Parts: sequence; C-alpha cells; structure tokens
Amino acid sequence: MSGRLVTLRGLGVAYGAGPAALSDIDLAISAGERLAVIGESGSGKSTLALALAGLLPDNARIAGDIAWEGGMKPVPGRDIGFVFQDAGASLNPVLRIGEQVAEVAQRHLGLDWHEAYAYARDLLAQVQVPAPDTVLRAYAHQLSGGQRQRVAIAAAIAARPRLLIADEPTSALDTIVQSEIVSLLDRLVREAGMTLVFISHDIALVSGFADRIAVLHQARLVEAGPAADVLRSPKATYTARLIASHIGLDTPRLVGARA
Amino acid sequence: MTALLRTTGLSKTFSSAGRRVTALDDVSLTLEAGETLGLVGPSGSGKSTLARVLLRLTEPDAGCVDFAGADFTALRGEALRQVRRRIQMVFQDPLAAFNPRATVADALGDPLRLHGLAGRHERPAAIAGLLGRVGLAEDLAARPIHEISGGQRQRVAIARALATGPELIVLDEAVSALDVTVRGQILDLLVSLQRQNGIAYVFISHDLAVVRAVSHRIAVMDQGRIVEQGPVQSVVENPQSATARALVAAVPRLMRQVGEDGD
Repeated sequence: MSGRLVTLRGLGVAYGAGPAALSDIDLAISAGERLAVIGESGSGKSTLALALAGLLPDNARIAGDIAWEGGMKPVPGRDIGFVFQDAGASLNPVLRIGEQVAEVAQRHLGLDWHEAYAYARDLLAQVQVPAPDTVLRAYAHQLSGGQRQRVAIAAAIAARPRLLIADEPTSALDTIVQSEIVSLLDRLVREAGMTLVFISHDIALVSGFADRIAVLHQARLVEAGPAADVLRSPKATYTARLIASHIGLDTPRLVGARA
Repeated sequence: MTALLRTTGLSKTFSSAGRRVTALDDVSLTLEAGETLGLVGPSGSGKSTLARVLLRLTEPDAGCVDFAGADFTALRGEALRQVRRRIQMVFQDPLAAFNPRATVADALGDPLRLHGLAGRHERPAAIAGLLGRVGLAEDLAARPIHEISGGQRQRVAIARALATGPELIVLDEAVSALDVTVRGQILDLLVSLQRQNGIAYVFISHDLAVVRAVSHRIAVMDQGRIVEQGPVQSVVENPQSATARALVAAVPRLMRQVGEDGD
C-alpha cells in the first residue's frame, strides 16, 4: 500500500432542502487498498460513493472537501470506474455488449475501433463471461443478472481506472453468483493494483477481502479501521450490533427439531 | 399425521420470445401443520413460480396441490374463497404489495372486509389487535403506508396475512430487503407467531443461512426441480446435490482473524 489516493475532510452532503445525507465525514483512502464502506438503508453510503465519483446530482449541497493526491480531479469513467447494484440499468439496452465495452476503451485509451473491440473481447474473457464471442454480439436483456454484472465490471475497468467503486454490486444477485462476483472483483483489483471502494450492507461479505472497514450510520462515520480490528473489537456500539445481526451457518437456529 | 399441504408432480412451462422455459418440473413436497419448510435455490430455480402455484396465482400445467385433504387446484367459487382465507402470503417488497396511498388501517381493513371477518364497527378493534400481535402500536393505524419504515411495513404485511387466521403463510424473500438489524426481529416475530398459532410456513429465500435459522426442513430447488430435501441439519452439514453444496459454500462467513479463510 503506497501513499494517499484521496482525503475527505468534513464532507457533508444534503439533497435540496432535505436533511444531511452525509455529515462531517473525515476519511482517507490509500492507493491500492480495499476499503469496505458498510451501512444500512439511509446511512449515506451511496451518497459517499457518488461524492467520490463526482456523480452527485445538481441539487446536492456539498460541505467540506475531497482532496485528491496530486491535486488532480479525476475524470469519472477514465480515472474512476463505477459498478452499480442494478447492472441492467447501467448498460445501454440498444447497444450490443461489445460496442459499449469497446466505446469506453476507444474514448479513454485512444484505441481505434478495431483495437478497442479486440480489447473488449479480452476484458469479457477476464471477467469470465462464458462464451465471450457470443456475449460481444448480445444485448443486455439477453444476459442473466450475474452475466450483466460481469459485463458492467468489464466496462468499469476498461479505461484502467485507479479507483473502482462498487456500490452494492451483488445485492440483486443470488448468493452463489454473489460469491463469484466478489472473488472476481478481488482478483481484478489485486492484478491491476487498483484501489477498491466496496459499498455494502453486509459486513460478513466484506470480512473476507477488505483491508479496512468504514461504518456509516445515519449520515455519520461511526468507525473506520483495519478490517480485523473492526470485526474483532468494534469501537462503536452500532458496529457491534451489525456484527451481532449477522446470520451465518453457525448462528444458533430459531427453531428446534419438531417432536 | 396427514399433511397440511401436499403437492404432487407440479409442472409449469412458460414460453418467452419463442423459448420454452421449464419453471417447475415434477415438484412433489409435503408440509405438516405448524412446520416451516425452507425453500432455497439460485435465481431462476423456480422458487417464486412454486410460491405462486401454491397460492393459486399461477395454474400449473400438470400436478396438483392438496390443502387440508382437498385438491386446491380444482376448487372454484365459494369453496376456493374459503380455502384462500387459510393460505396467506408475504412478499419481499411490502411497498409494492400495498396501495401506496393507503393507511395502515386501510391495508389491514381490506382482508377483514373482503372475507367478512369484522363488521364496520368491530374493525378498529380488530385492526388494533392485529397491530398488537406484530408488535406495533395502535396509533400506527392512521399513518400512510409510505411514511412508515421498511421494518414496520413488513410487520404490517405480516399482520395483514394474519387477519384471516391462516394455517399456512407463504413467505417469498420476506426478509431479503430488510436492514440486517431489522431482519432478526422479523424472523423472531415469525417464529413466535408460529409457536402461538401453529401456523405453517413455506419460507423462500436464496440465502441458505437465513433459511437454516428458521426452518424445520429444507428443500433445495434448481432448474425447476427439487434436487434435495431433508431435515435442516443433514442438508446444511452434509449436502448431497451440487446445488446444495454450492449454496453452503456461498454463505458469507464472518471472518474476524487476519488470514482466516473460513473453510
């Protein structure tokens, strides 16, 4: 892990005249780390993702600042890749998969169309889409939810961004596909030395791969630290509650055997 | 002991864009009174189609559903209405399941009115009683459905299901959209309602850990078929089918030690 990538100082966000979606967030993200941001509905975790990506809507009122290393504001799509929960909504329904992945590479990497299309095929193979040649010519609606998310990941990493933000990328998927997508993201960011910000409501899911965990609750950062510390000895009572709420295969069952 | 619910050879095929999709393929299962059958499987395995057939929202191509000794799939008219009262449902998204402009009292009053269970004057007391059974305050009755929290809304959905005094409730991903800190409370509520009233549940989820926590038996579905069923312990600890093994492996493990791999 080398150096700072970005530092949030006193970051606050509110939409229109609404209450604060994020309030007074101080958080530093190191280059190359895998940071999990954990929170429940309304915690502000998606707002944090959008603020980092520079994708907040026009009516967002922002306080504090987001300081990028070297002072250069990153370009979304080129320097920052984004994977959303609903891959179906982030893919263009009337463009073939190959065209939309190649378009990213053509625009940001300066490849000609032929090179970009060949690169798109490599990316689809990298994200382990079965039958990449068929998927290149397919439309988003012809793919399963898991395949669509793999394609969305291919498009997000096509420009070789420094930072990949994944906002609940597996919440619409079943558990089997979820574990495949998490392994895929983990491998891709390791191989490329990318920084990963993984937003999730599931602290157990991120416990297997995150270097650090930040916990948001009601628009505030209640805790941030190395994953093992946060999981083993949480400082915030809210974090302890999240951990206690986990249901795994070793959690005591609520019903016993029937007579 | 006769089963409360018994399905025999249920099959259902859908046609979509010229492709035939087998949603249910020879599904046979039984459920005793007061028992929870967990139905688990990946997306597209046929779980929700099975739920819809059990509720008679979808007609099967073949097979039948016996409920309390009668062929539910053959019932019509008043006989069907009588059985519908005894089988209720709770879905994943309570907001989508309600008229968004309705109040909590409207949502709970509908089943009481439709099934003639409480007259106009008895209805407020009946609604207050239902709210109490799911751990909600009486004064919530006047609130619009869209203003209450997700957890409260799912409690209202459960109260609505309870209104007709059902013997079976089909729960289709009923806790999947809830915050994890709320999920446990809803599961506790479901289990205590079962203990008090002897209600049987078909508990559908893609999350094997949650299914394990609340079920007496588990049936594993894949590609429209039941590929494995049995007591919870044997399915979770000694899965026989590839699907059950994959579901067990995919449950996120809470890892508290550096380098722990959870295997």
